[in-house]
Amino acid sequence: MAVNSKSLSKRHFSLRKQDARTAWLLLIPSLAVILGVTLWPIIYTFVLSFFYAPTGIHQVRTFIGLTNYLTMLKDQTFWETIGRTLYFTGVSVGLELILGLAIAKLIHSHPWGWKFLRFSLIIPWAVPTIVNGAMWRWIYNADFGALNGLLMQLGLIKHYIPWLTLPNMAMPLVILADVWHMMPFVALVLQAALATLPGELEEAAAVDGANAWQRFWKIRIPLLRPAILVALIARTVDAFRVFDIVYILTNGGPAFKTMTITYLTYLNSFSYGKQGTGAALSFLISLFTIIMAFIYISILYRPEENQ
Amino acid sequence: MMANRKFFRNLVLFLLTIPVFLFIFLPVLWLFMASLSTQVELFTVPPHWIPQHATLQNYLDIFFPSLAASSVPRTFAVSLLNSMKIASAVTLICIVIGSLAAYALVRIPFKFNRTIQMGILGIRMIPEISLVLPLFIIASSLQLINKPIVLILTYLSFALPYAIWLMAAYFQTIPKELEEAARLDGCTRLGILFRVVMPISIPGLVSTAMFVFLLAWDEFFFALIFTNTLAAKTVPVAIAEFVGRYAVNITGMMAGGILAAVPPVLVALLFQRYIVSGITAGAVKG
Repeated sequence: MAVNSKSLSKRHFSLRKQDARTAWLLLIPSLAVILGVTLWPIIYTFVLSFFYAPTGIHQVRTFIGLTNYLTMLKDQTFWETIGRTLYFTGVSVGLELILGLAIAKLIHSHPWGWKFLRFSLIIPWAVPTIVNGAMWRWIYNADFGALNGLLMQLGLIKHYIPWLTLPNMAMPLVILADVWHMMPFVALVLQAALATLPGELEEAAAVDGANAWQRFWKIRIPLLRPAILVALIARTVDAFRVFDIVYILTNGGPAFKTMTITYLTYLNSFSYGKQGTGAALSFLISLFTIIMAFIYISILYRPEENQ
Repeated sequence: MMANRKFFRNLVLFLLTIPVFLFIFLPVLWLFMASLSTQVELFTVPPHWIPQHATLQNYLDIFFPSLAASSVPRTFAVSLLNSMKIASAVTLICIVIGSLAAYALVRIPFKFNRTIQMGILGIRMIPEISLVLPLFIIASSLQLINKPIVLILTYLSFALPYAIWLMAAYFQTIPKELEEAARLDGCTRLGILFRVVMPISIPGLVSTAMFVFLLAWDEFFFALIFTNTLAAKTVPVAIAEFVGRYAVNITGMMAGGILAAVPPVLVALLFQRYIVSGITAGAVKG
């Protein structure tokens, strides 16, 4: 018997070893790619952020310690850019969440044509970001745009307005374009979550005399919390690194009014020829992302919510 | 009385959907109308909401680029093809190597399994801007700028972790009993993977392919950095280049924009039922 179980466990052991070998075999192509295009570059970026690194392959790099970070932290432009990026992130994600929740609720009430509404929401989400930007840029156009045409025909404005060159209008208009593009994502996620909620709790509350408003805030919103958090964090990480839509709508203008952190990093790295500063900036963006990712993972893996 | 109230409720809800529909469709319709206009008609004040001289010329110029056409349709003809090639290659690579990796992570217990899973989840969130400098430096020194391979490889940085994550979520839904039965019959791990698991995972593979394709088609930042010639550009870069220039053929650009939006919108609408589960599992659209 003893011999038998020993050989069995030996066999089991070799099976496990074989398993491990198979696992690595299956993983190697992906790990090699990730190592080459993600892991190595992010480490390189981190190292580069401690150097004075002017653009150009043959330029000499000098180690300058934390100078890039310190210069950046003392620079007012940096803090203004961070503020602006947080403004963009907060307002657009906030609007997307409120509108997304309202539309999810609307779809969930099954009005006539609700299936078509759900279907339609996919369109703005699937339109490529750059096409979305080009479309809105043409809508906002100062001389022939639809926004001017529409407001003029409604009698709300007397003459055409160069929307995107107005310092106070540029950011809200960029936000509007982003909301059009990404609000459907939030609405679709929340609608799907609403559809899976059990109805019994609400029925019980209705019997107990809770009105629709109370039922929505006291029962449905708490049950929706995991879905809301997933959508919120996904959108926050995404919005904080906004680049494409700013590039195409305003190029960061007018007068830096739509300059976001990724755009500033891009300019430092590729226009101002300051790769070291660019690396330091981009590492800070990563840091923010990593913090958000940790929050995200801890939410996803909280056992009681992982059903 | 009850029926009346129900009708009234439905009516109110229906009226509420109208602004939502307008918000969704008006911008796209305006883009579409512009793509059907002639240059002259587009530059009218007040705008013609429906073009009086609608024409398909802008589309024809892109599909059959002639030397007589302006640079806009000729650029689109090339860049649409580039985008198609690059997005397809990225999708194919991700599906093949990503699903193998996902299977190993989900179903084979081994040391570091959990660590690698968490690592991939974290890596998926690293922004492109943090990777671009080293990639640019090495691509320049290897003279890979403007080569499709550099876009395919760099797109894998966000597409592959995403694909692994989606496929892992799918493999988790496949009952273990199926594999155990095959194992008792003497199948090896690889035999189980290719003969049992893959055939029943086709829906997962399809939806993963869809998401990766959408991501790659949408990508702008790397394409902006790694291409600078007409022959190498993808659609987003082509559009970005024309935007804001008055001298260019704007109606042609609008037609190009519509054509750039058609593949992803069609794909997304066709695979509608996968979308919500996919975006929730994947959570970040690049």
